[in-house]
Amino acid sequence: MTSPATIELRKTSLNPIHRRMGAKMVTFGGWDMPVEYPATGGLVAEHLAVRSSVGVFDVSHMGDILVENDRTPGGALAAVQHLSMNDASKLAIGQAHYSALLYPEGTFVDDVIVHRLGEDTYLLVINAGTREKDFHWVRDHVRGFACTARDVGDDFTQLAIQGPRAADVVRKLTDANLSSLRNYWFTHATVCGLRNTLLARTGYTGEDGFEIYVPSDPRTSEMAWSRVLEAGKEFGILPCGLGARNTLRLESKMALYGHEISESINVWEAGLDRFCKMEKTEFIGRAALESAKAGRIQRTLVGLEMIERGIARDSYKVFDEAGREIGYVTSGSPAPFLKTNIALAYVPPGHSAIGNTLLVEVRTQKLKARIVPTPFYKRPKH
Amino acid sequence: MDSYPNDFRFTKEHEWIKVTGDTATVGITDYAQHELGDVVFVELPKVGTKLSASQSLGTVESVKAVSEIYSPASGEVLEVNQSLAKTPEQLNTDPHGSAWLVKMKLSDPKEIAGLMDAAAYQKYIADPKKEASA
Repeated sequence: MTSPATIELRKTSLNPIHRRMGAKMVTFGGWDMPVEYPATGGLVAEHLAVRSSVGVFDVSHMGDILVENDRTPGGALAAVQHLSMNDASKLAIGQAHYSALLYPEGTFVDDVIVHRLGEDTYLLVINAGTREKDFHWVRDHVRGFACTARDVGDDFTQLAIQGPRAADVVRKLTDANLSSLRNYWFTHATVCGLRNTLLARTGYTGEDGFEIYVPSDPRTSEMAWSRVLEAGKEFGILPCGLGARNTLRLESKMALYGHEISESINVWEAGLDRFCKMEKTEFIGRAALESAKAGRIQRTLVGLEMIERGIARDSYKVFDEAGREIGYVTSGSPAPFLKTNIALAYVPPGHSAIGNTLLVEVRTQKLKARIVPTPFYKRPKH
Repeated sequence: MDSYPNDFRFTKEHEWIKVTGDTATVGITDYAQHELGDVVFVELPKVGTKLSASQSLGTVESVKAVSEIYSPASGEVLEVNQSLAKTPEQLNTDPHGSAWLVKMKLSDPKEIAGLMDAAAYQKYIADPKKEASA
């Protein structure tokens, strides 16, 4: 725990409330964030609350970039199309999708959620640890387009209300009609008494859920956080930290920047083909992906479940049964809901068949693991 | 606070040791379990393993983290706490009692004098500048 105070940590507006609630704090992407709330049960309880009922996360560390045209219709769309791999022309106003900003090599600057806010206005929600890099990337690459890009990340406190009872909680706080708000759609409504608040049916847990974007001043932020907890009381809502956020996304096989995706991993390797629209107009990374597709990929992402007693962790080495090193773990953890030890790993396609046994080096031992279908967890259909 | 027993001695890496004659019981402290969070896995040495002071004795893992456990003293492992394999969560509820890790025969009981007593340890964990981590 050597934490030299040379770098000033960034704090969300809810930082004092997290500390008051006894949260254990960690540094994540340059931010001082709650990893779990031991006083209300801690990581495992938080994970299970989201799977069985509802939890709320402060995700204000996420960044936001607003892309608007400069009175030339279509200027923003053209820029977003150039910058991201999914086809933003397919988005209706009020709709969002998963996408990514790519380098010319077809590898990842970051993954993003693109929201079409208006006729030609887009909001890109980006990762905390890559905020500055992403904004510079976007600003530099929209130069030839008739649009402007603004970093509006500091304007919002972003709360994620997640779990099968999330809709029951949010319904008490808004006048929006939630039954007509489908997954990956959003609306502007009165939420927690705040007019014109962005309310999106999105999340990073594999459950139904919502994300709300409220003004980031401390008073409004604390009011919204408290009202969500109050409204969720009858459902046993728990405040949740980054620990549960990570185990929930891992069970649902959602990528995390710096782990499953990075500047050295391309779209095909990461298995994100369905979010990459090669048939749309030109975009950064397309040409490299075109030629990469013609060849064979060197590695592919697989799900592992430990057979022998032990926990695979990030960056542990993976071997074939003959003991040859063939890959590495990108994310590994005990899975609190599934109650097994799971991991995601990159291995050559020849070793990626479901049912295959591989070995993970855990300290001094090589332990058996089986390749299993992913996502490890899929929410029950209602 | 008397949650740190007076007959225990403590290391900077948050292990405790309780000596009775030339044998001792070893565990991790309440502070350590709190820092780790929900403990889900414990790996302990075999009976008969000879350890020197500060040598790795095993690992304790929570959902988030792996923590190496170091032997507070030199000696031979006489007994390991088998119940932790099935119920590692005991380390969160009773770290100074039922969730002891190993019992050992000390080869140099004088080493214990170099460890912190309960008062010194509590002062140590209250100091934000301590360099060791759990």
